[in-house]
Amino acid sequence: MDFVRNFPCISIMLCLFAGIISSGLRDKAAMWVNAALLTINTVLSAYTLIYTLTLGDSFVYVMGKFPAPWGNEIRAGVLEALMALFFCIIMLLSLFGGRHKLIETIEEDKLHLYYVLTDLLLSSLLALVYTNDMFTAYVFVEINTISACGLIMIRQNGRTIEAAVRYMIMSLLGSGLLLLGLCMLYDLTGHLLMSNIKESVALIVADGDYVIPLIVSIVLMSVGLCIKSALFPFHAWLPDAYGYSTISSAAILSSLVSKGYIFLLIKIIYRVIGFDVYGDTRIIDMLFLFGLMGMIFGSTSAIKENDIRRMIAFSSVAQIGYIYMGFGMGTQAGMTASIFHILSHAATKSLLFIAAVGLMDVSGGSRTFIELTGSGYRNKWAGVTFTVGSLAMVGVPLFSGFISKLLFSQAAVQNHAKMLPALIVLGISTILNAIYFMKTVIRIYTPIDNSVYTVTTFKDMPVYAIVLLAFIILNVILGISSQPVVDMIQQGLATFA
Amino acid sequence: MGLNLFANYGEAVAMILFGIGFGNLLLQPNLIKKIIGLNIMDTAIYLFLAEKGYIAGRVAPIVTDGVQSVEAYINPIPSGLVLTGIVVSVSVTALMLSLTIRLFQNYHTLDLDEISKQLKKEEL
Repeated sequence: MDFVRNFPCISIMLCLFAGIISSGLRDKAAMWVNAALLTINTVLSAYTLIYTLTLGDSFVYVMGKFPAPWGNEIRAGVLEALMALFFCIIMLLSLFGGRHKLIETIEEDKLHLYYVLTDLLLSSLLALVYTNDMFTAYVFVEINTISACGLIMIRQNGRTIEAAVRYMIMSLLGSGLLLLGLCMLYDLTGHLLMSNIKESVALIVADGDYVIPLIVSIVLMSVGLCIKSALFPFHAWLPDAYGYSTISSAAILSSLVSKGYIFLLIKIIYRVIGFDVYGDTRIIDMLFLFGLMGMIFGSTSAIKENDIRRMIAFSSVAQIGYIYMGFGMGTQAGMTASIFHILSHAATKSLLFIAAVGLMDVSGGSRTFIELTGSGYRNKWAGVTFTVGSLAMVGVPLFSGFISKLLFSQAAVQNHAKMLPALIVLGISTILNAIYFMKTVIRIYTPIDNSVYTVTTFKDMPVYAIVLLAFIILNVILGISSQPVVDMIQQGLATFA
Repeated sequence: MGLNLFANYGEAVAMILFGIGFGNLLLQPNLIKKIIGLNIMDTAIYLFLAEKGYIAGRVAPIVTDGVQSVEAYINPIPSGLVLTGIVVSVSVTALMLSLTIRLFQNYHTLDLDEISKQLKKEEL
């Protein structure tokens, strides 16, 4: 066995151990442990990605000594490794970009606890990406929820605690449904490993006796994960949680935590239920419908906001809608577009949050648009980065958002029944995106008398500027050389089934 | 349908309890009642799992009298899942309770809507 095959397991274990060790360390030391952990995990995931690419197939790693139907397994393929790599990179950038805010907003001697939470969050994300066992997935979903709740409430004020409570309530409803769904699936099939469940599901569908319970269980799991990833009607907790938590938390929550749940849903669709069986149920039509509604309503709510961070948060609702619309197409092309959009949105949304905090800092800490006028001149790095993020969100060529919109349109054209609504809503949503993002960009570049405010240059915060530059490069790479990434996604999906 | 439901009354009760718990967690304004709802919901799933794992007339798979036949024992996996689920549910409940204490100390009420109103007034 090649040594690389141990890497997924090692990276999950490293996160857990780093979390335990960091709880006893000082703030600075915990930060460096976290940075080292993220760097090591990035390297390990990149190595796994290269290995699976050369292998051309996925591999299974048996946890413990019990073989397939009884034991626990980890499965790594191209798609899993790509996701893990992306999650590590974006988490690293988000944490470094928001570090000065963390020191500012979190009570002294509690900062190391923040890094404990992020270590655990990363472990649960990686486990969700790699696991091949449904119940393990449920347990790590809960770990993910608990640590995400911690990230929201670490900034202690009434708003964040209330947001954390609302987040917990919605998340718990979602995980209750997920647990019930997978218990039913276990009773129907008698297995907990994804590959074994899939074989049994094929038998059930061929047999025709227990199809209704099977559909009930699929619905329960899908709705549970939709609630947790804030699909349109379940998004009420989102603006507060993203809007008032500390900036790194907002970036991590919007670009990683919700994507972890969506990736789990993709795994369920492909590896547990089977793509064709899932497509034959009417659930994908509902996902399509709610995705479209989310694209419109998320954007209209964002237009009405007068608070830059809540505006970005509402824009997340719209982008999650895009992803579910891709699921709803029921074709491989739609799925590829969705997965690319997961990556592109993760890269862009964290960029926007991190850039917004730089603009707010040079406007006296205010988050309303009136105060932000002209802030693009006061912090040039943040201004340029925010503009790049806005252009990417609107879907201007050269940036990542353009490619996802292109892929979504191509997928829509291939699906005759859903082509018209998908294209129309895609167009409307792009216009709405342009309205609120371009409004903000024009606002931050409206010249005013800047003598009242402080001006920030590169020398004041070099780490922040470098992080912003890295974000821009990531976005442009995704936008210009998207074909290798799309190829990887397609190759990963091919080995998924 | 009706007969089937009666024969599997344990599962039916579990589903009703799940509905009650889910509704409470979603709709109650009072935080403590929400947490009670959460616990009812989780416990209903454990009841469902236990019902599914139990086979009438058999015992837990612990070999005491040398009987090793599969026919003598129940399915132990659902019991294991219940144990894991209990651990998860306890930790989540503890977290929710601690958050509730924080909110009560700040706002002297357990009503989540009331807390939201007070927050709007504060304009933080």
